[in-house]
Amino acid sequence: MSARDEILAAVRRSLRVTGDEAPRRAAAQARLAQSPAGIIPRRGQGDAGKRAATFGKEATRAQASLAGVAEAADVPAEVARFLRENNLAAAVRMGEDARLSAMPWGATALEISRGPSDGHDLNAVSAAFAAVAESGTLALVSGPDNPTTLAFLPDNHIVVMFADDLVGDYESVFVKLRAVYGAGAAPRTVNFITGPSRSADIEETLLLGAHGPRRLHIVVVGAAREASAAEAGAEK
Amino acid sequence: MSGATTPRFKDNVHEALRDERLQRALRHSDNFASGRAAAAERLPEFEALRDSARAIKDHTLAHLDLYLEAYERKVAESGGHLHYARDAAEANAIVLDLCKRRGARTVTKGKSMISEEIGLNAALEAAGIEAIETDLGEYIIQLRGEAPSHIIAPAIHLCKADVEADFRRAHRDLPAARDLSQPEQLLAEARAILRDKFLSADVGVTGANFLVAETGTSIIVTNEGNGDLTQILPKAHVVVASLEKIVPTLADAAQLLRVLARSATGQDMTVYTTLSTGPRRPGDQDGPEEYHVVLLDNGRSAMLGSEFEDMLRCIRCGACMNHCPVYHAIGGHAYGWVYPGPMGAVLTPSLIGVAEGGQLPNASTFCGRCEEVCPMRIPLPAMMRHWREREFERRLSPVAARSALGLWAFFAKRPALYRFATDLMTRALRLAGGARGRFSWLPFAGGWTRYRDLAAPQGATFQSRWRARSGAVR
Repeated sequence: MSARDEILAAVRRSLRVTGDEAPRRAAAQARLAQSPAGIIPRRGQGDAGKRAATFGKEATRAQASLAGVAEAADVPAEVARFLRENNLAAAVRMGEDARLSAMPWGATALEISRGPSDGHDLNAVSAAFAAVAESGTLALVSGPDNPTTLAFLPDNHIVVMFADDLVGDYESVFVKLRAVYGAGAAPRTVNFITGPSRSADIEETLLLGAHGPRRLHIVVVGAAREASAAEAGAEK
Repeated sequence: MSGATTPRFKDNVHEALRDERLQRALRHSDNFASGRAAAAERLPEFEALRDSARAIKDHTLAHLDLYLEAYERKVAESGGHLHYARDAAEANAIVLDLCKRRGARTVTKGKSMISEEIGLNAALEAAGIEAIETDLGEYIIQLRGEAPSHIIAPAIHLCKADVEADFRRAHRDLPAARDLSQPEQLLAEARAILRDKFLSADVGVTGANFLVAETGTSIIVTNEGNGDLTQILPKAHVVVASLEKIVPTLADAAQLLRVLARSATGQDMTVYTTLSTGPRRPGDQDGPEEYHVVLLDNGRSAMLGSEFEDMLRCIRCGACMNHCPVYHAIGGHAYGWVYPGPMGAVLTPSLIGVAEGGQLPNASTFCGRCEEVCPMRIPLPAMMRHWREREFERRLSPVAARSALGLWAFFAKRPALYRFATDLMTRALRLAGGARGRFSWLPFAGGWTRYRDLAAPQGATFQSRWRARSGAVR
């Protein structure tokens, strides 16, 4: 008997089942098809303004830095400012994400290169697929648009997050993934990122920049609009 | 053979208690407990999430055969390869074969307790393949030829001076004048060395925190990002994981993730939580060309349906050892095999047999803190008791313990005699304890008094006090 058949047989022997029981099969199929949500913390919930505030607070707690810009066109200037103020090289690498490519990078003095990282890039820019308010977490998806190496090899990672993509919880990211990739499918890699790389393996001293980026900077696009919408809502 | 020193557990304990350096290192390992408490406090739904997490794993284990089949279909659909391994030898052979077929010379590794369990590094080295641990703590202990002493903080038994000495010994190009006295400098040194290893590795091996049946996805969590560099840079990504890592859906994994990081390090979410599904897709410019999962049984299918089934809910957060007075006194190495602390005391006899691992379930004060903090609500003390009973039944416990139990049983079966004898003993000890009220030495109690005083009884026996109390209530 193959290892596979023997292991499955051993599991069934221990569970005292054959694997053909209709109620068991139905229970497993139903769970896979319906994906029940479980307990969703209230912390990440609320309207767009509330979610944005929670996201900012939690991401900061995880030692990411944040900046808000009103329009996508404002992103290159913010990236340039972040690099300048931290005395970092005025060069960034990014993938072929259409939203990033449409931004006026030429209006800045930044040197732009495109494609995955080979380990020689100091700074990278990625666009987030989604973000989660509950824990200040970004969700990045692999592909030519945003190669995964950009999130790990450079010293400084800048992530552009569109306010409309901010959801309350991880489960909502999965709903969004299903809408794009289909039920029961997923992209090669989904990276949930909460703050910059760190280690506390030596005497429990927390240090940033273990193997991945030392800095994680999040640029929220449409943040001002969301905030003013929330204010307008409060005035009513 | 497991290579465990578990049968010599008692000697290990004496060594650990006498090891001043170890005792010093163990002193700064209290952050985990306060971190967990703060994280749990900050999330009102934490207790409800623990219930939810337990229910998910119980449901999964009860339907494990079906979810394994579903997972297998999805891995194949996404272009990955699933390999089943009955035991450690089979798992190592599969990984070796994958490496050889690629002509691999170096393998980078993300932190994986399963790879420790199967002894993968030794198997790779024996075949002339260099295995490089990339988690900072794992890298340090690999340089020392040691096993991890904690499942999430492998080098917790070391001080920074130990690490400096190891780096100076192993990194031959290191100028003697370079200051490496602080953790920052040590981290920078390891980062630079390992960066080259990541970029030149032929195969990357990681573990998995969860395997998702819904999509055929493996999930790893790391704070350093080493797991990600391990799996995206080499041509092949090999996941080694055990059967019980299966969960039905991504949403189920999210429930478990919410209790995992909080219970482990006190974070709301580990920095990098990475979902991997199959090899790189058409158009992808990075990521592995091959994706393999080696699914290990190694005794787990036999735990299903037994009194140890609850142990298969374990998500390896380490909270039980972080809150264990025994672990805090002796560290992880004394346990003698891969898994230390309360979860190790229950799991080890299941995996390597009660003959070899049977002493570990005795390493408990039964204070119950492990069960209190276990996110999966695993009844660890009850399971340690099951093992003690089995050890006794199979006559594996030491002669002294058996005769002491026999003597106690003789009195316990004769209540009048028991009351008389314990009353007499209590009075005698109180008198002998004198004004100090404690003993630094006592016949037959050397095991206790060697490291601490034994308090002399202060009042009457429990039974007589209980009688007096119920009398007063009436």
